[in-house]
Amino acid sequence: MGLFDAVLGRKKAVGPNLDALFALPNAAISLQVSLDMLPTGRGSVAFRAPEGRAFADVQDEVRRLLDADGGPPVEVATDEFGFTWIVVATDPVDVPTAVTDVHAVNTALVEAGFGPQLLCSLVSFRDPDDEPFALVYLFKRGTFFPFAPRAGEQRDNVLELRVRDLLTRELPLEPDVSRWFAVWGAPGL
Amino acid sequence: MARTRYGTDRGLSARMAGTMFGLGLLYVILAAVLISFGVNAVFVLVISGGMLFAQWWFSDSMAMAAMRAVVVTPEQAPQLHALVDRICAMADMEKPRVGIADSEVPNAFATGRSPKRSVIVVTTGLLKRLDQEELEGVLAHELSHVAHRDVTVMTVASFTAIVAGFMARSVMWNSMGRNRDQNTAVMFLVITLVSVVVYFLSYVLMRALSRYRELGADRGAALLTGRPSALARALQKISGEMAAIPTRDLRQMEPVSSFAFAPAFAGKGGGFSLESIMSTHPSLEKRLEQLARIQAELGER
Repeated sequence: MGLFDAVLGRKKAVGPNLDALFALPNAAISLQVSLDMLPTGRGSVAFRAPEGRAFADVQDEVRRLLDADGGPPVEVATDEFGFTWIVVATDPVDVPTAVTDVHAVNTALVEAGFGPQLLCSLVSFRDPDDEPFALVYLFKRGTFFPFAPRAGEQRDNVLELRVRDLLTRELPLEPDVSRWFAVWGAPGL
Repeated sequence: MARTRYGTDRGLSARMAGTMFGLGLLYVILAAVLISFGVNAVFVLVISGGMLFAQWWFSDSMAMAAMRAVVVTPEQAPQLHALVDRICAMADMEKPRVGIADSEVPNAFATGRSPKRSVIVVTTGLLKRLDQEELEGVLAHELSHVAHRDVTVMTVASFTAIVAGFMARSVMWNSMGRNRDQNTAVMFLVITLVSVVVYFLSYVLMRALSRYRELGADRGAALLTGRPSALARALQKISGEMAAIPTRDLRQMEPVSSFAFAPAFAGKGGGFSLESIMSTHPSLEKRLEQLARIQAELGER
């Protein structure tokens, strides 16, 4: 943010950076090989649905678009914080397709001018003990962070840090761990 | 190129710039008067600058202490932290510390010399009265203040007023205990007069600037959360005007209706009242009006 914006009391809305998403399929293979984590083939996009007709229209269009490919239908869920999640699933499990679908949702929202409303995307996995794990993508920073929720709103930080060390060369990972916020019970997890 | 719905409000920016120009001009006039009368200007500037710097530097701890607020960890207030986390992730800004003040008055504030050192505080009364969406609007408003660096801007803006106030006092001290000839008396009078006028004008301008910053923060919050109406509801709840809205049917009140409606419409029509130029916050009507405008913009296809 420049001095000029500070003086005039405004902040430019930050648009998303989508390109890094396509590095996910390779990272999924690394996770499977090194940590024995299986992708669930599901991914989701979280965003803030603004008030008004315009956004509802875009959302309907996205659903129609994704359901046209004959795969499992797209789910739409609202979480306790008022964010809308579009969950895409693949059957059989297919990470590249899930990532492409997630990217399509993002692109549609950005095209309609709702880029600043995007919160995060995630692609989920199961670890060998069948516990959930997800790679969360922060749109505004163009970085990923690992999220390993455990019962009782606890996180398996050891696993998360191991994943970070494993994937540093494959994915742009969020260096500031204070931004690794939790998404408990996120749809698509 | 994807379209954007987040144009800046040029009118607001222009008014803000105009106000700041006025403050700067006042400052120059004051400095010129001081120098031409040969007052020890450097001394005055250093002392008042130092006081202001301390105020700015310790703004977070001073405000926290004044409100008896405590910083809470994510474990102590998971819900509140989760809300702040999400807003910060959407706005791509550093997460400030989060505090709670034990007070029944529903309110919230943000302070701190830089985004890194900032803290946003909500009162327990606010947490009780607002639902989650409304609370999110209020938090986004405060986070906008942090992002806009409003503490720093207002500190710089108040410099002129502080210098003028300090000036009047130091002239008084200096003139005491010296032999008073005609010249000293005239100088004493002129400088005091100039200081008082400058102080008053910069005070009014500062208040105007503060109101523009509030509107700027409202705007930022509404665009970020995409829910201008939630922020509008929160404002109505906090401003305590909800209680003033009658629950009785209009037809029942027919005989006195012309009388009962008057207060609700007073102040409209762009009147120039003392209250409207002296307050730090814009009127509820102005704020709701802006939010309604943003709501319409967001809904455009």
